[in-house]
Amino acid sequence: MRHLLSTRDLSRDDAIHILDVAEDMADTQTREVRKLPTLRGKTVVNLFFEDSTRTRISFEAAAKRLSADVINFSAKGSSVSKGESLKDTAQTLEEMGADAVVIRHGASGAPHTLAASGWIDAGIVNAGDGTHEHPTQALLDAFTMRRRIHGTASRGRGLDGITVAIVGDILHSRVARSNVWLLSALGARTVFVGPPTLIPLDLTGWPAETSYDLDATLATQPEVVMMLRIQTERMKDAFFPSPHEYARRWGLDDERLARLGPDTIVMHPGPMNRGLEISSRAADSPQSTVREQVANGVSARMAVLYLLLSGERED
Amino acid sequence: MSTPTLLIRGATLPDGARADIAVVDGVIAGVGTLDASPGAMIIDADGLQALPGLVDLHTHLREPGHEDSETVLTGTRAAAAGGFTTVFAMANTSPVADTAGLVEQELALGEASGYATVQPIGAVTAGLAGERLAELGAMASSRARVRLFSDDGVCVSDPLLMRRALEYVKAFDGAIAQHAQEPRLTVGAQMNEGEVATRLGLAGWPAVAEEAIIARDVLLTEHVGSRLHVCHVSTAGSVEIIRWAKARGIDVTAEVTPHHLLLTEDLAESYDARFKVNPPLRSAEDVEAVRAGLADGTIDIVATDHAPHPEQHKDCAWPEAANGMVGLESALSVVQATMVDTGLIGWADVARVLSTAPARIGRLAGAGAPLAVGSRADITLVDAAATRTFAVGDLAGRSTNSPYLGRTLPGRVVATLHRGVPTVLDGALRPHDEVVGAVRSVTAHG
Repeated sequence: MRHLLSTRDLSRDDAIHILDVAEDMADTQTREVRKLPTLRGKTVVNLFFEDSTRTRISFEAAAKRLSADVINFSAKGSSVSKGESLKDTAQTLEEMGADAVVIRHGASGAPHTLAASGWIDAGIVNAGDGTHEHPTQALLDAFTMRRRIHGTASRGRGLDGITVAIVGDILHSRVARSNVWLLSALGARTVFVGPPTLIPLDLTGWPAETSYDLDATLATQPEVVMMLRIQTERMKDAFFPSPHEYARRWGLDDERLARLGPDTIVMHPGPMNRGLEISSRAADSPQSTVREQVANGVSARMAVLYLLLSGERED
Repeated sequence: MSTPTLLIRGATLPDGARADIAVVDGVIAGVGTLDASPGAMIIDADGLQALPGLVDLHTHLREPGHEDSETVLTGTRAAAAGGFTTVFAMANTSPVADTAGLVEQELALGEASGYATVQPIGAVTAGLAGERLAELGAMASSRARVRLFSDDGVCVSDPLLMRRALEYVKAFDGAIAQHAQEPRLTVGAQMNEGEVATRLGLAGWPAVAEEAIIARDVLLTEHVGSRLHVCHVSTAGSVEIIRWAKARGIDVTAEVTPHHLLLTEDLAESYDARFKVNPPLRSAEDVEAVRAGLADGTIDIVATDHAPHPEQHKDCAWPEAANGMVGLESALSVVQATMVDTGLIGWADVARVLSTAPARIGRLAGAGAPLAVGSRADITLVDAAATRTFAVGDLAGRSTNSPYLGRTLPGRVVATLHRGVPTVLDGALRPHDEVVGAVRSVTAHG
């Protein structure tokens, strides 16, 4: 793997291979010594133009457990905040010998621009770009679903026949975008659920159905219900009238939680707004995978960094 | 008849006839089978298409204020290289061209170039701020004789201000050239709203934001009995509205850019900011509709919206990049590719949409005149049989943000004559001292 920019580039075999490697990585994390020598001497730069402590420490943990050297480059308070361009930052990292750059950027496509620019030779991992994609989130989500559904027999398997309801602000969600392509590659069916204002108007050709009615979707007993963080600022732009109305119509509250089957998986990429898109009881219920998702994030990111940086590079 | 100082031999006229064209003192002195007088410069135009010098109603020359992108001199060099002899300079310079003094300054910079006639466009509102009218009358009465007013780059979105502007310019046969973009519907917009934008995570610029303004403006124009020009029409719905307005007798004209005739939104998939432009590249259906609109006369003209930007404004992530493309050097080739070679229009129509009609809309006497005796000798000779892979070397302006680099395009401008003075010969720009001196002596005569 040269870069990881979008899950749309991944075939079923690619996806299953990454998830299987993530299983191997997860296995190593149960050992007494969790650190592997695999990426000793490699340098991974976490280049974060947006604050995201969760994602950054997850990548940092992943790289360190593979013995890579990690440099955290936060745009805030750095030369970037003084107007340095992406190009100059990239060229600086190139000169410092970065082998992989994990980039979080507020501009959709910034990782593509970096990968296509010729400014830097490192492998690029998209850690979330604008409202475009967040591929490692989708990988850890798929990994989590596969483990819950197939248990120890996960290796080599997809998510065939599984229905995943993704609920909330689809329009602005990079998590939803990365999930839909990966879930489709793995054989799962995706239903986008939310207010019409927050579901893109034109989804022609997308492997997703849409629903404006959460209760109707839950009545079909989807195997997975993934709640997305809703930003209350959206209210100011008239995407919905009030947080209260949003929670009533599209929140996973206690009453809806009670209607879910015992095996239904409740997911959330975090950070959660308890009481808005998800009730506290739902977040802490046995069906919830919120904490597993965090742990699995490290395994999935270890797999990505391993595949990017070990072995022969395909240019 | 005085001695021809220049003879174009064997050119194909827009109507298909073959003729020699004689030029004396910047004016066409003869068209037909002519003998070369002793000492006349001869241009062999065998197999070349002759057109009246091209007129661009929509050029951003960037001077004053943004000389790192373009100057009047470099922009008119780009114009000449593309076969243009007249450009209308948009008002969004810094300072904005919103007073008589500033449009006269722009006019003077054009005269100092000589590569093309520069006709200033005045701002509609002071500072393009959309709050109060600029001194439209003073600009109209100035030496620059401004007739076309535009806040291009931003829309005159306030309906009352637009109404007043349309009414006011009736006093001097002016027109408002509207950049049709409803600002509230396009907050943060990055590309055409649709499936591609959704997939790329780029905020959408919906067609309705253009169409709603055009619909409002044609109705206002009808109500006050004025004249409206619609800049860079990009959607099928806009073409429909303008077709309806014309059928109703409303005095509206419209332009389409070369890039909206050729390129589509899927080019954004590369996140290559050379394809970022406002209004954005649209769908294939929209491209078909604007071509059909240009062919049937609903859209009157092609205008480049030549928008130079320095490299650092394009060499960055898409959402952070500037909108706009250079287009003067490639416009005729793109029109040939999309309209002529497809059989939608002929060369006589090209002469109309790229020369006669834009000069008429801008009320600029002398420009866009037919290739006939007595016309100003603004003449473009193009080798329509040529093809080229468009490259940086084909660009003559200061900026290289062309979406056509690497693309194969038909046609090549072989010669451009501005007021009888060759600005391009054998496909190469003539030196500035030679051009400006000759144009000065011609204009001193006439």
